[in-house]
Parts: sequence; structure tokens; C-alpha cells
Amino acid sequence: MMKKLALSLSLSLLSLSMGCTPLRGVGDMGLVVERASGSIRVIETTTNTILSRTEGLGDLSHASAVYSRDGRYAFLFGRDGGLSKVDLLTGKRVQRVVQAGNSIGGAISQDGRLVAVSNYTPGGVRIFDTSSLALVADIPAIGSDGKTSKVVGLVDAPGQQFVFSLFDAGEIWLADLTEVDRPKITRFTQVGDKPYDALITPNGRFYIAGLFGEDGLSLLDLWHPEKGVRKILQDYGKGEAKLPVYKMPHLEGWAVAGDLAFFPAVGRHEVLVADTNTWKLKGRIPVHGQPVFVMSRPDDRQLWVNFAHPDNDTVQVIDVPSLAVVKTLQPGSGVMHMEFTPRGEHVWVSVRDADRVDVYHTGTFEKLGSLEVEKPSGIFFGSRAHKIGL
Amino acid sequence: MRAMRIFFAFSVLSFLAVTSAAWGGQPQPLRQQALIHLLKHDCGSCHGLTLKGGLGPPLTPEALSGKSAEMLADTIAYGLPATAMPPWQGLLSREEIFWLAERLREGVAP
Repeated sequence: MMKKLALSLSLSLLSLSMGCTPLRGVGDMGLVVERASGSIRVIETTTNTILSRTEGLGDLSHASAVYSRDGRYAFLFGRDGGLSKVDLLTGKRVQRVVQAGNSIGGAISQDGRLVAVSNYTPGGVRIFDTSSLALVADIPAIGSDGKTSKVVGLVDAPGQQFVFSLFDAGEIWLADLTEVDRPKITRFTQVGDKPYDALITPNGRFYIAGLFGEDGLSLLDLWHPEKGVRKILQDYGKGEAKLPVYKMPHLEGWAVAGDLAFFPAVGRHEVLVADTNTWKLKGRIPVHGQPVFVMSRPDDRQLWVNFAHPDNDTVQVIDVPSLAVVKTLQPGSGVMHMEFTPRGEHVWVSVRDADRVDVYHTGTFEKLGSLEVEKPSGIFFGSRAHKIGL
Repeated sequence: MRAMRIFFAFSVLSFLAVTSAAWGGQPQPLRQQALIHLLKHDCGSCHGLTLKGGLGPPLTPEALSGKSAEMLADTIAYGLPATAMPPWQGLLSREEIFWLAERLREGVAP
């Protein structure tokens, strides 16, 4: 008995002296981008704390992240073309490659083996092995006009595919990476003027690109790619003067409830409502400014909307059943992003100019607390690891 | 004669005060800070925080060489139709726009 005790004591002393930290899961972890300092904060959403800070990630002024399928590693896409892999458990940057001159975002493949980056300079998509960050495929985005195009709206899709849009050329490309050394590309040309971002539905069926150069969105049904791309919500503001857009809206995520889908209007202070059976316009909800993100709470009962400059101090909440704004919050200047906890009881809001991330209760709208984060922008929770298109 | 001289000096001074406000006048220091913040973070959402470009073209002194302050100011004020560049004249005064154009031409410290 005494011997056993001594053994277990010495074992615990050994593990202490080796600096072992208690085992933990990654399911409640995530990260917040510090856009001006090239760093991230690793956080957890069970007691709302900052766990660590990772530096040396380059220019994160426009940055996003996806997660490995085990949830442990985040892949960060920086403005400077940097692709970094960060271990959430240790807070360490484990790998970094500068793979292009200027990038906008990325995606992880269905099987978790490939990470794709969409680039502005040189325009195209580059694909890397997630374990080594070695380049495995390079897809230059040369439109049917023969010119290189900036790539936006890159997402993963079922069947080991990536889908993305060519901003300058007005095209949507579908890349099948089943055979990684021979990517199969299907090109859809003349899909619309200046697709600026895109999303894919949670079931991976519909890819929808927003258009900056004209009213409407371009829709590709991945169950029926042979039917091609069609335009939806065309002429939603016909005959009305457009308002200036001081920041491009983002179509990240997917706001859908029952058979309604929600999109930011471009050049109008409205959220558009579409019927997902017909893809026809069902309504327009007036809001405080030019919407940037229209995010649905995981239960789809609420939409949270933030706005472009000069209205970026405000967040509005739309109640889905009544299609009405039920709450207006003013967290402070520079609200960049919002992220819901996996089951939606809280939302984290980054307030860039206040160097603060605020946590709100989504039922009572009560502010539960704040975390000090330097010039926070994107917030990415690890629950994204298992969602198509995120 | 003395009165005349004083009057003359006063007119020159007031002329200078008026013209400097209209041409090349400087925003107040606090406002200058706010404008630089706007340039980095809001212009930067398209042109990059370091102004090396994004969806919008780079705005570094090299990229803008050969473009006059007037031309840059007009682009900021009125935007560029058929592109994503919006007009800023409703949000910024002419003086502020000119001041920003000058900062862009000389380069903004990161």
C-alpha cells in the first residue's frame, strides 16, 4: 500500500516536473485575429477566457481560418499570402509558408488532407498538404478573356471539391481534387459582373456568389452542375439609386431558416430575403446601414447583422419569424465580426477600435463580459471544423 | 503712415489665413490621427492595412507615382464609377481629402 502510494506520488511529481498540463479537448476552443499585430489569441468559450497568444503570423489585416478535422490545428490565411498552421493546444505556430503575394481566404477539403488558398496576386488557387504544407496543386485563374483574375469566395464542397469565383473575369470554377495531381476543373463563364464573395449551403448543395457589379447573385446547384449557373434575385433594387459601399459585404456562413435565406444587399441598407424553393425575392428588411455580415444563430431563430463604415459601431438583431429588427446594440466603433458559440447561447463580437471582444447573451442581449484583444477582427471557433463550407 | 502699415500687415495676414484654410490647410492634430486610422483600417479593408493592395489596387508612393494630389483627391472625393471605389465626399471635407492625398503621395508609416 505504502509502496503504491509512493509510486503514484513520484509519478505525479514526475509529470509536474515535466510541465505536463492537464488533458483537455478542443471542442470549446477558438481564435480571435489581432489584425494589426499579426497575431492571434487562442480562447475558450466555456468560461470565456484567453488561453494564449501566437505571434509571427504576418499581415492579418484581412485574415480567416479553417480547422483540421481533429480540431487541434488552425490554418490561417493572411493578406500577405502567408499560410500558417497553429496548434491550439500549445498556442505555437508549427508551420508557415508564404505562398503568394496577396491572398484573401481559404478552405479545407472534405477529407481534411488538403488546404486551399485563394489569391489575388498571382490570381488563382494553390493547394497544400495539411500535414506538411507542401504545395500539391496550382490552379492559375485565367478567365476566358485570357487575363488573370483575383479569386474570391473559395469554399469546400462534397466529393473532395473546391468551388471559387473569379472577381475580374466573372466566372465560377469547380475543382475536383479526387486525384490531387490531376485536378479536374469545370469552368462556368459569364456568371455575372464582379462576384465579390460566395457561400455554400450547410448541406453543400448550393454555391451562391454575390455580385458587386449588378443587382443579384449567381447560383450553382452542385447536385446538377450540368444545368449551369443561374442568376437569382436579379434587379432587386431596379430604378433605385445605389448608396456608396464603404466595405464589401461578406457572404461567410449561411443564414437560412425553414425555406427562407438572407443576404446583405449591395448599395442598399437592407437585408434581402429569398425563398429557397424558387430563389425568388420574398422581402427586404430595412436595417441601420450597409450590411457586412448577416449571420444566423445556430438555431436559425435570429440573424445578427453588422455594418460598413461609417455605421460600424452598431449591430442589429433580426427576429426570423417576424422578419423585423428586434434589437439594436452599439458595442463601439469598428465592429468587425461576430461568432456564435456552437449552440448559440452566446455571441462574441469584435470591437476593433476599442481593442475589445464583447460576449453577449443572445436571449437577453445582456453583455456578459469583455476580453482585451488588440485590434480584433475575425473570430473563428473550432466548431467550424465539422461544417461544410467553413 | 504707421496706421497704413498696420492695416497692410493685417490684410496680408488675414489673406494668408483664408487661403491656407482653402488650399493645403491642415486638419487639427486629433483629426489627423483619426484620418490615418481611417486610411489604415477602412481604406485598408480593400487596399490592405499596409496599403499594398487587396481587392483595390496598392496605394504606395511607388504605385501612385505620376499621379497628382488633385487627381488622387478627385478619386477619393468622387470614387470611380463601375468599380468598388466609393465617393468619400459625404464623409470627408475637401481639406481632409487633400491632406490624405498628400499623405498617400509621401507614404504612410506602417
